[in-house]
Amino acid sequence: MKIELKINTDLARKILTGFIKSEIHRVGFTHAVVNLSGGLDSAVSLALAVEALGAENVMALRLPYRLSSPDSLEHAQLVIDQFKVQSETVDISEMADPLIKSDPNMSKARKGNIMARTRMIVLYDRTEVFKGLAVGTSNKTEILLGYSTLWGDMASAINPIGDLYKTQVRQLAQTLKVPQPIIDKAPSADLWEGQTDEGELGFTYERVDKLLYLLVDKRYTIQDCMDAGFEEAFIRTIIKRVQRNQFKRMMPPIAKLSNRTIGYDFLYLRDWGT
Amino acid sequence: MGRSRKPLWASVHRGFESLSLRQSDPMDNPFGSFFISNKRGKIRPMQLTLALAQIATNLGDVKANLDKHLDFIKQAKAQKADLIVFPELSLTGYALQDIVASVACKPEDDDPVFAPLLEASRDLDLVVGFVEEDSRHRFYIASAYLSGGRVLHVHRKIYLPTYSLFDEGRFFARGDSVRAFDTRFGRVGMLICEDFWHVSTPYLLWLDGADIFLFSSASPGRGLNEYDKLESAYWVENVNQSYSNAFTSFVVHSNRVGFEDGLNFWGGATVYGTNGELMAHGPYFEEALTMATLDLNKIRRTRSRLPLLRDERTDLVQKELERILSKQ
Repeated sequence: MKIELKINTDLARKILTGFIKSEIHRVGFTHAVVNLSGGLDSAVSLALAVEALGAENVMALRLPYRLSSPDSLEHAQLVIDQFKVQSETVDISEMADPLIKSDPNMSKARKGNIMARTRMIVLYDRTEVFKGLAVGTSNKTEILLGYSTLWGDMASAINPIGDLYKTQVRQLAQTLKVPQPIIDKAPSADLWEGQTDEGELGFTYERVDKLLYLLVDKRYTIQDCMDAGFEEAFIRTIIKRVQRNQFKRMMPPIAKLSNRTIGYDFLYLRDWGT
Repeated sequence: MGRSRKPLWASVHRGFESLSLRQSDPMDNPFGSFFISNKRGKIRPMQLTLALAQIATNLGDVKANLDKHLDFIKQAKAQKADLIVFPELSLTGYALQDIVASVACKPEDDDPVFAPLLEASRDLDLVVGFVEEDSRHRFYIASAYLSGGRVLHVHRKIYLPTYSLFDEGRFFARGDSVRAFDTRFGRVGMLICEDFWHVSTPYLLWLDGADIFLFSSASPGRGLNEYDKLESAYWVENVNQSYSNAFTSFVVHSNRVGFEDGLNFWGGATVYGTNGELMAHGPYFEEALTMATLDLNKIRRTRSRLPLLRDERTDLVQKELERILSKQ
């Protein structure tokens, strides 16, 4: 069975740039700040922000840690040059290291989370300086799999690419003229040397995107997915993973006491009044 | 503004008190064309110049939305429109949730929102979308047809979707009637978005005499795939076109644009003629005033060829419905 995740990139651009423009302008802002990792997702978010707001209104941040791959920094620079945006580079080592070094037995996951959250602190600080909003860089695959740090790389004011699977983000990158080395390289969170997403996750984006598309978008049952060619164990692993990470996709539940509680019966969109 | 065009000729049919077909009129073309005359004996071609206002709204800011209505009405008037149709909830925005009660109004002369609209309706007819509050404080998604300074008809949305991204049933009361009504252009039926996804509602309007269907929506865009049109746009256009074919009537659709949080609204206003032909199409995603000129004589020509209305077996529908419903 052919599973088609192909998107019309012109239409996607039209909607996503309209979204960025509307959601930033209606709350009185004109600028955007993007944490540019050197990877595909942030390059696409930045390119969309530039198309929506103009290059002069977009600030790119490069936030390396001392162990980050030099490629990441270079690739981020390629994006900055390509889209002609302002940029700032802040080495986060001096901020993150005191905490990281405080425990010699610190796991990779803990270190990774500290880096992601340190970058979030810098990103939000710079939105204040640049008078802009943070444009998010999390794609649908990683949001569903929970392959991200809560209050870290997930933090943003608006997220234009959160309803696109990783392979769809790649399609969009081609038409947005994201530099080719970024499109071609293996996706990585670059939290430690040699890390790749697919190595860590244990499956390829190509494969998991198709399965997620059937499960989430097409509402397939497990049996339907098996009939479509996926192994039962893989399907169950992914379902479990999506379920276990629901907490990352929500604001923390508030314990209800009153007659009207935020999140339950105090319901307004964020665009309320705008 | 998007695609617009000037009316082919200026509208000339104001002030008709009563319309009658004069099929034996000497001006009647024996091969089919006909004219409609009023009691005063003037023979005029029947034409409706329509303006579809696909606007972006501010969520819960009625004042800002009203100002935009008045601006679009001015533009439509400049283009000699007879009727301007705004989208669903055009005065309030769509995903209102707990805002509902604070933006509700009553379509009356002394209502601060309706007063300027009623005044504007002296120049051209208007269809506007709003939250209606009844005397017992139930809130409805409603569309009002205003003409000559008065409210001709109010339609309350009958089907409130409460599935997928929709949650209307939580915040609104359901309307409980579907009625066609007379306008100076003929008999009209109005429906709001989900209403026209149920075949029964346009069907009832058709039987109730509607020859012009005015549909309004706040349709969230969704279903991005490899094609150059969202699935939501494809679905709605299909449905509208099908009705124009099946009911040999004009089907007009006014849909909003803009964003509310992550929701986009796709616009793409359409007018389908009595044979399913696309007569006008607004742009997707952008504010626009789309003009279309409806030759109302077309209804007769189409029905002369395709007498679906004449042949409709309402007795059979009634009989079978009674049988089907009695089993439930």
